[in-house]
Amino acid sequence: MELIFERSRKGKIGGTLPLKDVNEEVKVDPAYLRSRDAQLPCVSEPEVVRHFTRLSNMNFGVDSHFYPLGSCTMKYNPKFTEKIALLEEFTALHPLQPQLLKGAKLTQGALEIIYNLEAVLSEITGMAEYSTHPMAGAHGELTGVMMIAAYHRHKGNVRKHILIPDSGHGTNPASASIAGYEVKAIPSNADGVMDLEEFKKTLNEEVAAVMLTCPNTLGVFNPHIKDIADLTHEVGALMYYDGANLNAIMGKTRPGDLGFDVVHLNLHKTFATPHGGGGPGAGPVGVTKELAPFLPVSRVVKKDDGTFELDYDEPLSIGYIAPFYGNFGVLLKAYAYILLLGKEGLIEVSENAVLNANYLKVALSKYYDLPYDKNCLHEFVLSVSRQAEKGVRAVDMAKALIDKGIHPPTIYFPMIVKEAMMVEPTETESRETLDHFIDVMKYLAELAEKEPELFKDFPKTAPVGRVDEVKAAKDMDVACLNDDSL
Amino acid sequence: MNNELKVVHGVGKMSYIPHSKEDRTEMLKAIGIKSTDMADLFKCIPEKLRARSFDLPSGMSELEVDKTLRRLAKKNATDLITFVGGGFYDHYTPAAVDAVVSRSEFYTAYTPYQPEASQGTLQAIYEYQSCICHLTEMEVSNASLYDGGTALYEAAMMAMRITGRNKILMDGGVNPIYRKMLESYTSNLSIEFVEIPVCHGQSHRDEIEKYLDDKTAAIILQNPNFFGVIDDHTDISEMCHAKGALVIESVYPVSLGMLKTPREMGADITTGEGQSLGIPLSFGGPYLGFIATKKEYARKMPGRIVGATVDNEGRRAFVLTLQTREQHIRREKATSNICSNEALCALRALVYMCLTGRGGIKMVARLCMEKTEYAKKKLSKVKGVEVKTSSPTFNEFVIRLPKDPNEIIGKLIDKGFAAGFPLGRYYPDMEDYMLIAVTEKRTKEDIDRFAEALEEVLWN
Repeated sequence: MELIFERSRKGKIGGTLPLKDVNEEVKVDPAYLRSRDAQLPCVSEPEVVRHFTRLSNMNFGVDSHFYPLGSCTMKYNPKFTEKIALLEEFTALHPLQPQLLKGAKLTQGALEIIYNLEAVLSEITGMAEYSTHPMAGAHGELTGVMMIAAYHRHKGNVRKHILIPDSGHGTNPASASIAGYEVKAIPSNADGVMDLEEFKKTLNEEVAAVMLTCPNTLGVFNPHIKDIADLTHEVGALMYYDGANLNAIMGKTRPGDLGFDVVHLNLHKTFATPHGGGGPGAGPVGVTKELAPFLPVSRVVKKDDGTFELDYDEPLSIGYIAPFYGNFGVLLKAYAYILLLGKEGLIEVSENAVLNANYLKVALSKYYDLPYDKNCLHEFVLSVSRQAEKGVRAVDMAKALIDKGIHPPTIYFPMIVKEAMMVEPTETESRETLDHFIDVMKYLAELAEKEPELFKDFPKTAPVGRVDEVKAAKDMDVACLNDDSL
Repeated sequence: MNNELKVVHGVGKMSYIPHSKEDRTEMLKAIGIKSTDMADLFKCIPEKLRARSFDLPSGMSELEVDKTLRRLAKKNATDLITFVGGGFYDHYTPAAVDAVVSRSEFYTAYTPYQPEASQGTLQAIYEYQSCICHLTEMEVSNASLYDGGTALYEAAMMAMRITGRNKILMDGGVNPIYRKMLESYTSNLSIEFVEIPVCHGQSHRDEIEKYLDDKTAAIILQNPNFFGVIDDHTDISEMCHAKGALVIESVYPVSLGMLKTPREMGADITTGEGQSLGIPLSFGGPYLGFIATKKEYARKMPGRIVGATVDNEGRRAFVLTLQTREQHIRREKATSNICSNEALCALRALVYMCLTGRGGIKMVARLCMEKTEYAKKKLSKVKGVEVKTSSPTFNEFVIRLPKDPNEIIGKLIDKGFAAGFPLGRYYPDMEDYMLIAVTEKRTKEDIDRFAEALEEVLWN
């Protein structure tokens, strides 16, 4: 489609500006000024709105399409929480306001929401305290690992390694490494969970922490998780819980009860805030009482008179990891969601997420390989390797699904499964949708058997066909600069 | 009656679950679970590992939650006339920005891993990257980062990767919040930070020269700086490049409607907070971090990048590119752990930049500056107030008060003004100083009334 720059015509303007009501003129030394105007497009408002509306029509989203993208929990985003987040008393609130003298009393509502959200997240996960500051899951991981480092420094421990199973999310080793640790990958066993013997062999007093997802990326719950936690604690290391899969276990088990010391959650997954095309999310971190002093500043505290204020005086804190209190707009939506659903609602969420996943798994295992045929929780991983023998790989299957109006599952992850297709339906999909997906997957399995060559041409009905990724990387055309300005 | 209610709840109305009771029973059967008890789905979790507690309140209807949250909303005062900035500004956002980002085709999608099903998001990000390049005059931008502070941290890490050095010079005019963030992020790494206080509000050339050496990976500068002061860092860039060090310039995007660009000043990497481009203040987030650099450093840049290419029929298409830098491929060897971006905020900024456009962004910047000059003039007439004028400013400036700024700010809140930010909070030797921001939203009348109120609380 045409770029917005290609619609640009000199002299057009899209927005109105407030009137100039002062007589002052700018008198600045030209040395401080840009020599050419910024070459932004010149377009009118109707053209801008049409351009972006047409772009939006080229997207698959949860509102328009089934989106079983494994590990991403693409559930329905309630319209009510979107509406609440638009209240001006929240959107117009300046974050520095509570840091002014007497300013905290003018932000009591926002501070109370953060305080209450921390409390409910603590109860849901069995942790002592939370910080809402991290702005995404990976950011929560980094914050968590930084706290682990601060804890060991404080204890005088010299620790070098973080252990992560080979099925873990890519962000886990990346976060550990960026925080200054060396990563050791632990292989998975035949059941799809971290190999206990290999783990014991690698665990020693140089290990700072073990980072796990439970249930893991195969949707499998590790029955030895408590033993792993006990062994880890025996050598003075800590347990880190990647909360990406919390949607599987609410009300059933809690990371705190399993022996985890640090937890991050993805509010944009479990608590139904929109993914926004890749953010903004929110990745709060929870900790045990022992680690609470290391949480980032500021902390929201409740005073004896029932009012709230910010506390920056935490000598062991890792400091600032965000400019303020996290992605407040996202926190607000998650809090509204938790209030709506309540205890029973959240339990139903996990029960139905697991029901939907198992329903699909049982049906689809007739047509596709299932390398780890265990009771899954909220997601499961198929292998397209049987079809791949005919030349139809996971990526081909994904493109065929696009033609059928279904967003493909996550492919080629986790890396321990060949031709992986990771399916997470979530609880908000109807049985009819699931049945339709099963029919489509069955049809595609049969088609792969009979006419595998057809797959190379899929998708045929999408706004574009298969894109040339090699050319993209080679040309590195990442901005439209065909202008005289540069 | 009670039973009936329970049944309604059991259907999962409040949990957005579409199944009827019959659906569930049949689905359990299909799985091979003979009971109708959903708890049987969790047999893989050993009994002794079950939740010890799950003590949460019961759910509420939309109406009840609406009332609860509106009650809390009313406890926030947003009717103050604000002169608080500090890197986060009360600019006007055209209504069409909200209309575009409220399309659920954008906000209910995820990271565009499947390009054929995500051309809308991908093209929007490509256009966003282009606009950031035009604004900063850099050659490549990524798809966005969390906020201006994390963007600055990523830029510092990037500079160290490029140069293989580990010393960073930090200009004292860089937002102190960002400086604190950098300190936290690097506390477990061996990095040498040298902070160089400003001189008459601008970067201190002599001191920079003193600390700049062949171990220096980069200098971090900000324009306009935390005190609102504008500078031309061209000479500092030349000094740094001569020593093989890179220049990182943190900028305020709206100011680039007029001010010298990072590229013109010789910056290698530029970052900033994009909140001023149509993103609400929203009590601190979600915001938008941007980062842009020269083409030669593109492969060292963190985060998602969208590239233009063609599809199998030669039609224009967009796709996530240079992914081999990223965590999902490289794991612990990735350039960054970042997985998402702030796509919806980047879309807001893009729509804002399209609506204001070439002429509009310049006019917004000019209005900010003109109103700021008016406010300076007005406040300098208030008895006992000293307006610092040693260096030119954009839309923020420093005043010195004859009384404790905290106390004055407290009194002005009672009069309906968020007066400014007390600099003593981050600069111990500036206890008497306050930072004042003026955007295009402030009227002459706001400023006049503010000056009157200030005089009153100072002397009555």
